[in-house]
Amino acid sequence: MRFRVALTAMILCLCCGGLAAAQSSTDGTYGVGKTPTPEEIRAADITISPDGKNLPPGKGTAKAGAAIFAQKCAACHGENGYGGLAPILIKPEPPVKSSTPCLAPCIGPGSVMPLHAPYATVIWDYINRAMPFRQEGSLEPDEVYALTAFLLYKNGVIKEDEVLDQTTLPEVKMPNRDGYAIPDWKPGMPRPFPNKRKG
Amino acid sequence: MESKKSPTTKRATGSKQASRRKFLATGAAAAALGAVQTTAVPAAGQTAAPETKSLSDLIAYGDRSEYVKSVRVAVDERPSPDEFGLTFHVLTPLQDSVGIITPSSLHFIGTHRGSIVPDIDPKQHRLLIHGMVDRPLEFSMDDLRRFPAVSRVHFIECLGNHSKAKDKTVQETHGLTSCSEWTGVLLSTLLKECGVQKGASWVVSEGAEEVKGAGSIRLAKAMDDCIAAYGQNGEAVRPQQGFPLRLVVPGFEGIYNTKWLRRIKVVDRYYMTYNDYGHISKDEEVAALTFQWGPKSVITFPSGGQTLPGPGVYQLTGLAWSGGGAVRRVEVSTDGGETWKDAEIRGGVHPKAHTRFGMDWKWDGRECVVVSRSTDELGQVQPSRAELAAFFKVPPDYYKTHGVQGSDNTIQPWRVESDGSVHNAI
Ligand code: HEC
Repeated sequence: MRFRVALTAMILCLCCGGLAAAQSSTDGTYGVGKTPTPEEIRAADITISPDGKNLPPGKGTAKAGAAIFAQKCAACHGENGYGGLAPILIKPEPPVKSSTPCLAPCIGPGSVMPLHAPYATVIWDYINRAMPFRQEGSLEPDEVYALTAFLLYKNGVIKEDEVLDQTTLPEVKMPNRDGYAIPDWKPGMPRPFPNKRKG
Repeated sequence: MESKKSPTTKRATGSKQASRRKFLATGAAAAALGAVQTTAVPAAGQTAAPETKSLSDLIAYGDRSEYVKSVRVAVDERPSPDEFGLTFHVLTPLQDSVGIITPSSLHFIGTHRGSIVPDIDPKQHRLLIHGMVDRPLEFSMDDLRRFPAVSRVHFIECLGNHSKAKDKTVQETHGLTSCSEWTGVLLSTLLKECGVQKGASWVVSEGAEEVKGAGSIRLAKAMDDCIAAYGQNGEAVRPQQGFPLRLVVPGFEGIYNTKWLRRIKVVDRYYMTYNDYGHISKDEEVAALTFQWGPKSVITFPSGGQTLPGPGVYQLTGLAWSGGGAVRRVEVSTDGGETWKDAEIRGGVHPKAHTRFGMDWKWDGRECVVVSRSTDELGQVQPSRAELAAFFKVPPDYYKTHGVQGSDNTIQPWRVESDGSVHNAI
């Protein structure tokens, strides 16, 4: 009997200890979760910074990209980058209405991704993570550089022989680079309208 | 839908065994149920159920009544699913809503260009948090349940929720907003577990669907009230809403509420991903109307497409919400905004959540225009289209024919005609 009481007390104590530890660990953490290896993070991390951070080695030109586009992209996006079922990638002259209507803000003619995007890295990142549709992740870095170069060349942003790589891609001056005002935000902040008026 | 109405032989056989087991287990009560089920005795004044439902169908996961027909519809501009199998924008039937919670199966669906719902085994699913943190960590779904959970009621609304003159019903004008009780871990808890480094200012979240949709929010928002949610309305988040894990960014545009959440990278600048850049603008004032939703409201009864059978007393009701916090006040006008009266708040008031309002309303049978206007805890007041036009210095009726810039939180007018029919009066 005595023994059992002692044992119960001990178990209770252990439980208390566990609870106390979870709530009062000095740095306030729970110690839950697994630490990934640097290789695991590298494999998962497909997010490219506008300054080029995290771009893999490789290079490509519009010329190389044209052949890859015909082979891997044209079926959905159209031979000339428009007129297919998938979104327009190359601005047609004269402009045609997008085959994929969308809600505002609509990315229609004139605002195709290679013209609309603020950074060339965004195009690289998107093709790398998302295309070709249903075979995502199958492109080599060289192919992604080449396809990005091809789309930028066809939209009149870069020259046909420009080589895009880790250094040159983030340096491409996108036509819409300054086309964005980035709203400030803080907790509890009202929107400017109708509370504040400019001028 | 259709397959439910005509159970296959295979399903019927399977459920017969199940019902037999249940019958043996629960005795008399089950026997009574069984009798109803097999012979479909109509109650007084009712017609017989058109089909035989097995006991297991009745018990395992409840269906709504056969008589309730409220359904979502795709936006008419693009089919969902499209040629690629992509689901684009699907609208919630707000005209049928009661209370503040949207049934999970009627929650709107929206993705940037469309997506295919991924089939994710929660046992295999992981959330990786890395970048500018002291301790990068990977969490299984079980790991996430070891952190303290919060359950909070929040709306999610797509930036595309623009009311247009051609839209007929409140489903078409406002159906890209829905409200759920979300359960999960505060993102701030997870970020603290990883130890955010000095100099970090934004986080990029990423989904596990085919295009791995990524969106950026300021670190200040990530540390404020965002939830890595595994629960929706008392059960697991629905696949179309991001099963097994979605980011809930309360009060912000829908696009930031990354579904099928698998990775969060803490970074030192705005990455302006594919999902982000289409949602911001060159005009500073328009840009300032993005990210966080302003105060908004809409009358759901009487609303476009409904018909009042005749003069008399009705309950005028609707929903109000704001990305800025809790709704403080809802005013209603039945003379197109000439005179206003406070509506009652009927039900729970939660920050950044749909809030139900209503009032007794005696319709005299004459043509009139009903409108509602909400005020939130920050003191922000929902603007009319004419007020917005004055702000942007365009003609007063500009927004009859043009879309509203940024996120549309303007007042929605409904015209009740003398024959009782209700129409969009933008
Ligand atoms: C099987 C059809 C298919 C193939 C093949 C394909 N795409 Fe796509 N692409 C799509 C669809 C569908 C979308 C829209 C998907 C979305 O945004 O969710 C899209 C979107 C894009 C976009 C974004 C356009 C925008 O403005 O939103 C780019 C860029 C793109 N594809 C590039 C490529 C490239 C480069 C290739 C070849 C490597 C390729 N695609 C192959 C179907 C395809």
